[in-house]
This record gives sequence, structure tokens and C-alpha cells, in this order.
Amino acid sequence: MAERKTPIPLAVKLAFGFLILFVLFALFGQWLSPHEYRATSLMDRLKPPVGFGGDWTYPLGTDARGRDLLVRLAVGAQITLIVAVVGTLIGAILGSLLGILAAARRGIVETIVVGAIDVQASLPIIVVALFVLAMFDSSFTLFLFLIGLTGWEVYARLMRGAVLAAREQGYVTAVRALGASPYRIYLRHILPNVISVALVQFTVNLPLTVLLETALSFLGLGVQSPLTSLGQIMSEGRDRLLTAWWLTVFPGIVIFLLALSISLVGDWVRDRFDPTLRTET
Amino acid sequence: MIGYVLSRLARAAITLLVTVTLVFIFIRFSGDPAAALAPPDAPQEVIEQYRRALGLDQPLWAQYTGYLGRILQGDFGYSIHSGRPALQVFLDRLPATLYLGGTALLIALVLGLSLGAIAALNRGKPIDRAVMGFSVFAFAMPNFLFGLGMILIGSLAFQVYLGGQGAGVLAPALTLGLASMGSYARFTRSSLLETINKPFMLAAEARGIPYRRRLIRHALPNASIPLVTLVGLSVGSLIAGSVVTEQVFAWPGVGQLLVRSVATRDIATVQFLVLAIAATMITANLIVDLLYLVLDPRIRVR
Amino acid sequence: MAASPTPPVLEVRDLRIALPPGADRDHAADGIDLTMAPGQTLCLVGESGSGKSVIAQAIMGMLPPVLRMERGRITLQGTETPPQRSDRFNRLRGTQVAMVFQDAVSSLNPIQRVGRQLEEILQVHGVPQSQRRKRVMDMLAAVQLPDPDRAYRSYPHEMSGGQAQRIVIAGALLLNPALLIADEPTTALDVTTQAEILDLIDGLKKKFDTSVLFITHDFGVVADIADHVVVLKDGLIVEHGAAESVLRAPQHAYTKRLLDAASLEGRAQGGDAGAPVLTVRDLNLTYRRGFFFNRTEVAAVRDVNLTLHKGQTLAVVGESGSGKSSLAKCLLRLEDVESGTIAFKGQDITHERGRALRDFRARVQVVLQDPFGALDPRFRTLDAVAEGPIIHGVPRKQAHERARQMLERVGLGPQAAARYPQEFSGGQRQRICIARALVLEPEVLIADEAVSALDVSIQVQILDLFTELQKSLGFSMVFITHDLHVAAAISDRVLVMQNGRVVEEGPTAEVFEHPQKDYTRDLLNSAPGRKGGLAA
Repeated sequence: MAERKTPIPLAVKLAFGFLILFVLFALFGQWLSPHEYRATSLMDRLKPPVGFGGDWTYPLGTDARGRDLLVRLAVGAQITLIVAVVGTLIGAILGSLLGILAAARRGIVETIVVGAIDVQASLPIIVVALFVLAMFDSSFTLFLFLIGLTGWEVYARLMRGAVLAAREQGYVTAVRALGASPYRIYLRHILPNVISVALVQFTVNLPLTVLLETALSFLGLGVQSPLTSLGQIMSEGRDRLLTAWWLTVFPGIVIFLLALSISLVGDWVRDRFDPTLRTET
Repeated sequence: MIGYVLSRLARAAITLLVTVTLVFIFIRFSGDPAAALAPPDAPQEVIEQYRRALGLDQPLWAQYTGYLGRILQGDFGYSIHSGRPALQVFLDRLPATLYLGGTALLIALVLGLSLGAIAALNRGKPIDRAVMGFSVFAFAMPNFLFGLGMILIGSLAFQVYLGGQGAGVLAPALTLGLASMGSYARFTRSSLLETINKPFMLAAEARGIPYRRRLIRHALPNASIPLVTLVGLSVGSLIAGSVVTEQVFAWPGVGQLLVRSVATRDIATVQFLVLAIAATMITANLIVDLLYLVLDPRIRVR
Repeated sequence: MAASPTPPVLEVRDLRIALPPGADRDHAADGIDLTMAPGQTLCLVGESGSGKSVIAQAIMGMLPPVLRMERGRITLQGTETPPQRSDRFNRLRGTQVAMVFQDAVSSLNPIQRVGRQLEEILQVHGVPQSQRRKRVMDMLAAVQLPDPDRAYRSYPHEMSGGQAQRIVIAGALLLNPALLIADEPTTALDVTTQAEILDLIDGLKKKFDTSVLFITHDFGVVADIADHVVVLKDGLIVEHGAAESVLRAPQHAYTKRLLDAASLEGRAQGGDAGAPVLTVRDLNLTYRRGFFFNRTEVAAVRDVNLTLHKGQTLAVVGESGSGKSSLAKCLLRLEDVESGTIAFKGQDITHERGRALRDFRARVQVVLQDPFGALDPRFRTLDAVAEGPIIHGVPRKQAHERARQMLERVGLGPQAAARYPQEFSGGQRQRICIARALVLEPEVLIADEAVSALDVSIQVQILDLFTELQKSLGFSMVFITHDLHVAAAISDRVLVMQNGRVVEEGPTAEVFEHPQKDYTRDLLNSAPGRKGGLAA
């Protein structure tokens, strides 16, 4: 069948647009406001946003310590973005390497990796994170590493399967028969053909990482004050949900739109570039 | 077939043992287990007593076997928070969590499966797109946000405060089940569409079997087999979700206990909860594997 | 046939089925006329893409929504059929017209017992419950299943391909339809099973007085069973007529090509055998799978001896599971043998490693069955062919030059070099694979089912290419195939395998004319076309 170009759906275009805006906001949003994100002002506690009784000094209002919500959102977006991207990369690289190693070496290495996948699959990552955070003092590095563990076992399982399947392909047999070394077979033939599996999983995992970071920070166990993240802002605003709704609603909407946009774009990329994983069967 | 059952059982047992071992290693190397496991405000000599009882003066191997032995006897240490055995603290909280999780699973299953089936049968029509849209929404919606939103809307629009105890199970269960519901809907849809296009469905059509019968007697049973795996997996996401959901709705369950115990460094309780969650999920996976045996005759020959 | 008392079982008039826009032609089938008298067997012959399956779907009322029946009329026993995919068609399917497919196992519901599925056919067509079981059991006996009771209780996956096809045929004939459509029902089966199923269909046709519309690509099958033949190419009928006359005096060039493919001439025997290049002694290979609780062992190759002489072609024939592909892997040193020796020009290479193994690889090359999987989708043709020389230390530029020359020799023009494998047809890909193997100037070429995945007319071209290149380059060849025609066409000697063992070995003409062993005789007698006079 001839391949036909399908137009990009509107929802995906909007999602792209939002992601671009989000990244710009995370990078440059602090310049939108004259305030500093940690600067407290007892005079300006719990100011509502513009349109709800507030004024343009604090367009999105302030929190219980009189800090400007707009600039806090910008900083929070930045941290959330960094944690999500770096965390997802850690998981992707770690998991993929283990999966490839298991498939390439077989034997005891494979047994250990498969066993580790089983163990990880028997504990939700949030529970693992909570357990570790109960044992050790929370630090940003530790937190980043824990987030990075998200879904490593999925990469490992997928990549192991993909490499095992690729090894059965005729071209690998043929290239082996040509006399190619294992390095050549893996680097030139197998890896380029399986890497798309990891890339697709990356788009699935990225929103999950955003949700895990914000959930842990929301529980007060993730990003710690004075640093902030979207989840951490929500966590601080939670107790005033009914009196100062803007402290939870604004970061909440941003988190939701972020996860939604990444999912939409990810689905689209998957359908577009990897027809074997199509959601439309 | 017996080989299959035995290998699954062995795999589950090994996984559990590895998890227990990892927990032991973590606790042993992260601080003073005697202080952590002894009752709160115990005097120094009691802690010393604990140290000896725990065998911290003995070689690591003996400590490990001792740890395993105590676990087998149901001794998981004491909660600092309440001074009561961790097991007891857990059992007090369990009914509330089972009630919430069970309701959430039920809602997710009933709504998710029917939405997915409706979407598959109306493929490409507006209702299909709406269901798929909903599943993306459900996936991307953080449950703390959804829960807080429900509380906010409930109190502003209906003057009901859903965040307190006694407000009913529906709002938290819906919050908890939302993500699973979305993935069930999506998965049911794709599984059903895939089955409908299988050669045996075409062959059934060639035998003159009417559409409805092909769908109900042939497509649905085949399409629902892989769903068992998904439901098994979602036990994990329900546990993970209940940690946050119980916190948002102040639901007095295990999830809330876990968050509180982590915040107060109640090591004995955290340790027990981690083991309990691992055991639950390993059991759930085992049940899925064995259910496959019942549902899919193709596995029985192996 | 103006005033025939009984109407034809099937009549198709001026049928045109349109392809959706964007396809490589505008119709799946056009101008199709078919008439089938009661009790007749009509063979619809064509290669992939000829439109033969689409016509069958249209007769069943099961055209996929993207294909539109644009014009024409289909009548079954004098009554025009309802519109495609309409509910009214359900009453005709199974009762007036039934169909069996190529892959029988997957055309049965995998999680329902076979007996239940057969009874369902009776149920939906209103046969009372009290009669169903008996009718199913009778039919299972009629399709000659060895143990009908057991078959009734079985799940589809518990049966072999041949048994499953019997079940599917039983289901198709349960309600005694006037027309049975069989879409390549024996293509996925081994030759001996294929012959049994063809016999069965022929016998049942007479017993139940059913007409058979048989779809195939194989003129051997046509010769065995057809009364009438319709030859299709690119959705058009190129030739039709009584089977005898078409087989004896084909009019259209395309028909001649297909016929040639089914009756490949034995090749002229090569002169004197040269020195032995590959010598195998007492070779054994056992596959071990699983671990502890579910461990299994399969003895793939048992006590195999063979000698390949310089310039010769040795065909290894056998059915699936005979161990012929495992033998190929051993010869290529892709699988570690369990015991025995493999010697290349007198030198034992059974356990060579490192440099010695790499040198061996340059001299023994392979062409695999599946031309779609055999090329890395991310390598351009030139890079794929040049990879061998590069691995063996030829500078990049020279390697590309050699690759370019080799591509030309296998009949691919210079514009092929920069394209990716996905842009080629199956036959062209196989040419690339041959170029990749021969660019190293090997002394032995091992071809593992190298033409099985190709359409018959392409098969002939590729076999000719092998023969021609062998003549000019002088390599020896081990040609592994399940197809006796192919073996006859290409080999000097033949080796017959069954269950991992060598059953018989000798000069091809001798073995095929005077087989010494029963198994070889069975294989030869099962080959399609034998009965119909298209001798292998």
C-alpha cells in the first residue's frame, strides 16, 4: 500500500503548542515577574489572582507566605521539567542497557536481569521511593535517582525481547555467516533496529515520570522547600484548598496539561513512526 | 502443565525471597536497626537488649537467618508511632483500604470494559473518539489533582465536603479507579479489534455464523484473556494510587499509614508495609499466571 | 448451454472489483466470467496479487469494505446473491457455499473445542440439537480422521496442520453445500499431507456431489484435480478452458511460464565430480530448551554423513522437522555440533574459532529462505553487499566496486545500489542476497529454501540464476528444499532426510526414478502433478 500523508490532528497540534509554551515558561517565566521565587512578604499573604479580587502586582496571587505564585510556577515548572527529563533518561539508559545485556549474554546475566525485573515488577515505584526516603535523608540527587528508576524494568523487558527477536532475523544470521564480529552485529545491525522500541517507551514513560515527581512532592516527600516544583506548590496549597484555591488549581492544571500534551504527542509519534505498535489495530 | 505451575510457584517464591533480602540489606545498612525496631522511648538498656535479641553482635549471615526466622514467625517489630506491633497496626488499616481498592477496581472494570467494547464496535465514529479521548485524559490526570478537584467542586457546587471521613467511598474510589478505567477501556478496545480481525473470525463468518453471535461467543472470550494480565498489573497501580488518594481524602487506610510512617521514620511499619505490598503483588501475578491456565487451553500443553 | 435443465452451481458475469485509490492498479479483478456445472472442479490459478482470493471473497459475500464490487453478477444455483456483507448472506454460507482457508489451525477458535465449533454450524442453521452430535461424528469419520471421538474433544492447537484441515473441511461440508471454495488449502502443508488432503477433497466431492472451486498457484495441483482451469494475472483472466487442453497446449505465454515452473526439467548431470570440498561424518545436533521444570530435548540431526564435491550441487530434501535446516546451520558453523566432524577441503573445521573461523566464513556462504527478513532494513543495497568484503579487510572503495559488479551479475541495474530492501520485490531481494553471498567468491554456497517464499514464475528465474552463476563462478552448492521439483531442477545428487536422519542418498536422476526406500517413494508419489502427468 502506498503511504499516505495524514494531516496532524488538531489535538496534537495544540499539545505541541502547549509543550513549546511550557518549555519557554520554564526557561524564561521568571522574567515575567519582578519578584524572586523565595521572597516572602507578610503584607501580601494569600492575595487572590487578577479577576478574583487581586491586582497586577501578583497576577496569579500569592501563597501563605506572600510569595508570588507566577514566579513560583515558573521555577516549579523548571524543576519538574528537569526531573522528568533527566529521570526518564536515567531509567531509559539503565533499563535498555540491562535488557540488551541480558539478551546478548544470556546465561547467568540474563537470569539475574530477569529476576531483577520480576522483583521491580512486584513493587510499585512509589512504594520503593517511599521506602528509600524513609531510610535516608531526602536530597535532590537521591530523589532524581529514585525518579530515574521509574519504569526501568519496562525498558529492560522490551529491549530484551526486541534484541532476542532481532537475533532471530535472517539478516543477523546472514551477517554472522559473512564473518562479522559480535560487536559489528550488535552495533551496526541489531541496535539500530531495536532503538525505536526504547524511543517509543520513552514517550510513554515521560508523563509517568511527571506524575510520579508531582505525586511524591505533593506528599511532601519529593522536592523539598526552599526548592520548589509543581507538586510541591500544590502540596503547600492543599490545606487552603477552599480558601485559596489558586494555590492548587493553577499548578494542578499545568501538571495535567503537561502530562496530557506529552501523552498526545507521544501517541502520535508512536502511530506515525512505529506502525507495529499502532494503537489503532 | 505441572511443570508450568511449579515453575511459576518457584519464581514467585524466589522473587519474594529476593525482595525480603533487599529490604534486610537496606535496613541493616541505613542506621541502627535496634533503635528503629525497639518500642519508642525505650531506655538504653532495652535497646541494648534489642541489639542482642536482634543478634547485631553476630555475623551478618546469622543476622540474616534470624531476620528470616522472625518474619516466618510473624514478628515484624514495633511501630514507633503507636508502640504496637507493626502487623497489628497494618491489620487495623487493612479493611478500609480493601473497601476502597475493591470499589475502585469494580468501577474501573465495569466502566472500562464497557467503554472499550463500545468504542471497538463503533470504531472511527464519534463515540470511539470520545472514549479514546477519555482514556488519554484518565492516563494524564494526576489522582491528587482529580481528588482535590472533586473536593473543590463538591464543596462549591453541592456544599458537600468530600475530603473528610464519612463522606462515602464513591469519590475516593472514582479517583483511585480513574487511571485503571482508562487503560482498561483502551486495552479492551484494541484487544477486541485485534481479535475481530483474526482469521478464525473470518472463518466463522464463512460458516454463516451471524454477527452478534460471532462477537459474543467468539470475539469476546478470546479478547478478554489478555485483559487478565492487565487487571493483575493494575493491582500495583491501585496500591500506588491508594497512597496518594487516601492522603487526599483523609481515608484511614494502609496508604495513609505508609505516608505517615515514612514521614515519621517509623521503620518497622514501613518495612512491614513494603513486604506486605510485595507479597500482595507477587500473589496477584501468580494468580494471573494460573488463571491463564484455566482460560487458555493453549498454555495447558506446555 | 442455453436450456440446461439444472442451473449452474456458480455463475459469475463480468465481475469488477475496484481497489481503493492509491493502490498500484485500479482493480483487484476485472471482467471475470466463471461458470461451474454440478460436480465440477474448477481451478483458479494465479500468483500473489492475481486477484484469485478476492474473487473467492466476493462469491462468499465477504469482500472487505475497502474493496467495492463495482460491476457484475454472481449467482449461486440460479439465484443472484445478496449484496456483499449483508445479513442475508449468512443463510447461504455453509448451506449453499462453504469455504476452507490456507491456514486451518488459525481458522478455528483457539479456545473452543473442535466438536463444539462444528455443532455450532448446525445450530445456527437450525438443525435440532438431537441430531447435531451424530452428524458431526459422521462427518469427522467421513474426513477420515483416525480417532473422531478424540478429534471432537480436541482444541485446535492440539492438532497437526493436516488434521486441522480435515476438521475445517468437515465443517464446510456439514450442511452439504453445492459449492466448496478451497483457497490454497494445502499450501502450508508438507507434500505427503498435501497429497492426502487433495485425495480427500476429490473423494468427498464425489461422495457429497459438491462442486469445488480450488484456488492455487501450483499447476501440479491443477494437473491432479482440475476439470477446468482459469488462469489469472493482475486481476484479469488470461486463459481458460478444460484442464487437459490447457495443460497440454497452453495458449498464453504466462500460462506456459507457470506450467514450466511446475514441471521443471531435470538438469543435465554435471561431468566428473571434482575433489571433495565439504565432508561431514557422523554429525549430531540436539537442541535443549527450558530449564529444570520444563526442559525439552529435540534431536535435530542424527548421524548424518555427506560429501559435497567441487562444482556439484547437492540437494537436501525433507519435510518440515526433518532436520534439513539444522544441518545447514551446522555446515555454516552457526550452530555448535554435538558430535561428529565437518571438514572443508580436508581440514577439520568443526571446532575452529577466531581467525580460522572467519576465514572459513569467507569461503562458505549462505542464501536464506525469507528474502524479507534476510536484509537489514536500514542498509542500502550496495552497503549490504559490500559488507562481506569490508569485514574481510577489503578497503571500502574496492568493496563497493566489487559489490557494484556483483549486483550487475545478478541482474540488478546500477540504480538498485542506493535503494533500501523495502523498495524491492521478493525476487529482487533474493538477487541481492545472492550477490551478498557471492561477492566473497565462496567455494561453497548453502541455499536454505532459497526459492520457497517466491512465486513460481520468479522461482524459475532465481533457479536459472543459480545455475548460470555456478557455471561461471564454479562454486559448489548445498541446496536445501522441501520441493522435489526444485531439487530435480538444480541438483546433481540428492539426499533425503526424515526425523534428522539421512534416508537415502544418490545421483538425483537415479533416486527420483528408482527410489530405494519407502519414504522416498511416498515423497515422490505425493508431489503434486505426478498423478496428472506433470512428471517431476
